[in-house]
Amino acid sequence: MKFSKIMLSMVMVSMMFGNALAQVNLNGAGATFPYVIYSKWFDVYGKQNGVLFNYQSIGSGGGIKQVTEGTVDFGASDAALTETQMQAIKDKQKSDILHIPTVMGAVVLTYNLPEAGKDLRLTPDVLAQIYLGQITNWSDAKIKAVNPEKNLPNKSIIVIHRSDGSGTTNIFTDYLKKISKTWAVNIGMGTSVSWPVGLGGKGNEGVSGLVKQSSGSIGYVELAYAVKNGLPYASLKNKDGNFVEPTFDAVSAAAAGGAKNMPADLRVSLTDADGKDSYPICGFTWLLIYKNGPDKNKAKEIVKFLRWAMTDGQAFAKDLYYAPLPAPVVKLTEKRIDLIETK
Amino acid sequence: MSDSRFWLRKYFSIAMFTLCGLSVVIAFIPLILIFYRTIAFGASALDWNFFTKLPTPVGETGGGLANAIVGTLILVGLGCCLSLPVGVMAGIYLSEYGQNWFGNTVRFLTDVLNGVPSIVTGVVAYTLVVLPMKHFSAYAGGVALGILMIPTITRTTEEILKTVPHTLREAALALGIPQWKTSLQIVLRTAIGGVVTGIMLAIARAAGETAPLLFTALNNRFWHTSLGQPIASLTVFIYNYSVSPFEDWIAQAWAGALVLMILILLLSIAVRFATRSSLSER
Amino acid sequence: MMRQWGARTFDCRSFIILMESVQALQEKLDLRQRTSINTGDLLFKNLTRFFAAVILVLVVLMAYEMVQSSGLSWKKFGWSFFITSTWDPVQEQYGALPFIYGTLVSSFLALMIAVPLSLGIAVFLTEMAPRWLEQPVSFFVELLAGIPSIVYGVWGFFVMVPWLRENVEPFVSDKLGWIPLFRGTPYGVGMLAAGMILSIMVLPIIASISRDVIRAVPRAQREAALALGSTRWQSTRIALAYSRSGIIGAIILGLGRAIGETMAVTMVIGNRPTISASLFEPGYTMASVLANEFTEATSDMYISALIEIALTLFIITIIVNSCARLLVWSVTRNSGAARS
Repeated sequence: MKFSKIMLSMVMVSMMFGNALAQVNLNGAGATFPYVIYSKWFDVYGKQNGVLFNYQSIGSGGGIKQVTEGTVDFGASDAALTETQMQAIKDKQKSDILHIPTVMGAVVLTYNLPEAGKDLRLTPDVLAQIYLGQITNWSDAKIKAVNPEKNLPNKSIIVIHRSDGSGTTNIFTDYLKKISKTWAVNIGMGTSVSWPVGLGGKGNEGVSGLVKQSSGSIGYVELAYAVKNGLPYASLKNKDGNFVEPTFDAVSAAAAGGAKNMPADLRVSLTDADGKDSYPICGFTWLLIYKNGPDKNKAKEIVKFLRWAMTDGQAFAKDLYYAPLPAPVVKLTEKRIDLIETK
Repeated sequence: MSDSRFWLRKYFSIAMFTLCGLSVVIAFIPLILIFYRTIAFGASALDWNFFTKLPTPVGETGGGLANAIVGTLILVGLGCCLSLPVGVMAGIYLSEYGQNWFGNTVRFLTDVLNGVPSIVTGVVAYTLVVLPMKHFSAYAGGVALGILMIPTITRTTEEILKTVPHTLREAALALGIPQWKTSLQIVLRTAIGGVVTGIMLAIARAAGETAPLLFTALNNRFWHTSLGQPIASLTVFIYNYSVSPFEDWIAQAWAGALVLMILILLLSIAVRFATRSSLSER
Repeated sequence: MMRQWGARTFDCRSFIILMESVQALQEKLDLRQRTSINTGDLLFKNLTRFFAAVILVLVVLMAYEMVQSSGLSWKKFGWSFFITSTWDPVQEQYGALPFIYGTLVSSFLALMIAVPLSLGIAVFLTEMAPRWLEQPVSFFVELLAGIPSIVYGVWGFFVMVPWLRENVEPFVSDKLGWIPLFRGTPYGVGMLAAGMILSIMVLPIIASISRDVIRAVPRAQREAALALGSTRWQSTRIALAYSRSGIIGAIILGLGRAIGETMAVTMVIGNRPTISASLFEPGYTMASVLANEFTEATSDMYISALIEIALTLFIITIIVNSCARLLVWSVTRNSGAARS
């Protein structure tokens, strides 16, 4: 019958495409935070070496889950795994999991308020109160106190957060927990928290999309997303009391402090770092790789890619608004990469 | 009756009918808006690249959704592999032999399956296919879509076969043709038009589904290398692109929506055409 | 006859035994001939029965899988799962009340908007429209049903939500902001947006089934009313009253669709698990939380809680759709006219 012929031709077409690319194809899923640079890396690397990395940005929570279930070859997360999560992976996949940092990024507060211009300033207290729902209007005196020269309108603040399990949320709430006792007690930190106010967007993409659309909104995203969409971002008061913009230098300054006390497994938080030029909300983003994965061919390809990422890959970071890893961290990372079993 | 009361009733009647006409106009507004927007925004992003190229990294133009279009076709094809045999055969059973408690139970459960939200089907396909297979795959997506298509195909097959006049069956049996040959070659062949209509309806529904594919077929920025790997689909790409802040991605989301709507529109028109001609034959 | 012979002599008895065995053999042969036709029938019947059983097995399997996987969450929370409103993955406290609330409110809001409009359309198509207008209008209404839900979501997000946020909601909160129903920041996304987009999606379902049901009302009823001097509207009311249960069935079917709708709602509802009286506030439905959080539920309890929500959704849609089918079926059976 005609229909079976159509089906047959469809199956043949798919097999044709399948055979044309009989090559190694790796599947990964996870953080949206580094997606801008990962998509570039995988594209460039794939063209050079013919190995395809299919990466789906479903959020750090998704990456952790899929790595635990073994449905992907690698994961990505900006939230370091807890001991419980690492144990779960060990139980289910019979392998340790390694955190391989790739780049550093800044979590910036982007806003949609034309009257505020490009350089809104925020202090940790004001920021925490906005996200706690205690400050609800842009014309509030506390915001004005930090921005005396600006004429902020009488507009409701539309708070935007993540609706999915997010490493970006993890970094952000880690910071909020450190600078606000109320937040630490009532909400805490995590990839998914119980937000007091605001709308949820899916992924860094969703949050920046909502901010772009909603007048009077504020949201937290990775720097690359704010810049790529022409959205302004606020400068924050750091631990030393200076208002710092999230530049490449400010992030590196934050990392310098963190790199000094880097633990061997490379799981460290960079928020609220010391240093007069440090930007307070930065973080590493990690690739989650099985130490002893089921497919050694794939492990070999992953190791090749990681070594490329540590060397050639870092050159792409600055143009895409991420900070490359400092040299001591690269050295430590290469030691971790050596641990991946490829035989 | 007093004159004034009559006029009151008459004007009330006219007013109510005006409201009814108004409701038709109101219902048309979103329809027109949706079509207009999708065509306007989608057509501008629809170029040859869209149909032939793969997605490009963030910020680079010139990409397309070729793998997504093929992916949707493959997923629907896999869904058909599951649902066609089950649906048509079950439909035949229900209409030819199904006037008993078992047939009634199956009929009820088919309706139950029809009402199940597609996201729940996705959850089930995840537990049944993705977890044992240990990765996302086109097969899992196909299973999810197949489960969605089964009730439509079953019910339409049953209804259509029921409309075949009994005299045809009895004549065949009287000529000594065994029951099974009657059902298969005579009754089914007569009603094949209606059965194909049902299949096309099911395909139209499955092609437009997003939720069940979110955690079964996942997505793929490249061509899939085998059916046991994640595969791109038009609907998931539209969803991912439209919530992103990147202009070129949003434009491609509209273009994808346009392609999807044209595909489903063509199927619906074909169905209408087929039913009208088959009705006029009677 | 043989028995009469056998009663006579001893020799005849062996003959009788022989004849009887021959007869038995004959019957056996006859049977075999009959089964050779029956084998084909039997095979085909069992083959189709097998596939029908596949459907049975599938539904049972679905229910079983979901009950199995949600066992963990059920054991921990029990019935309080459905009345607690905290959804906190950090503390591992899960309560489904916000999602149940969101699903019910958005669906009922959708019905409140869609039912009058659909009935108006159905009445227009059956009472008012001339033949040349009725076909295309029916076609276009059914076209609304064919638009995939993701397209509704994209349109809702890019066109309807900004319109609500910039024009409708500020206007309403200006004039009617004192009513708790309209209090709050105009986000654009929220319960109102979800209700509106759902109403557009269920409208064609209610309208086409109501049209079929009203059309099935015997002309005699309408003509009797007209003969007694009623206006056209009053005779239409009689027809509506006659088809009342069918219309209710159509409405419940629309409700079933609204409850299960995922993508369009996820994109416009704001995705925050909260219970609020205001229509402007964001919300969350059962289907949306599954779409958003399923891929990343990292702990077993989290997944179990989500699957328990899926199971709840499953059971609710079964109940709603069964009631609807019963109503529509009873009406069309009684009238004997249109097919369901």
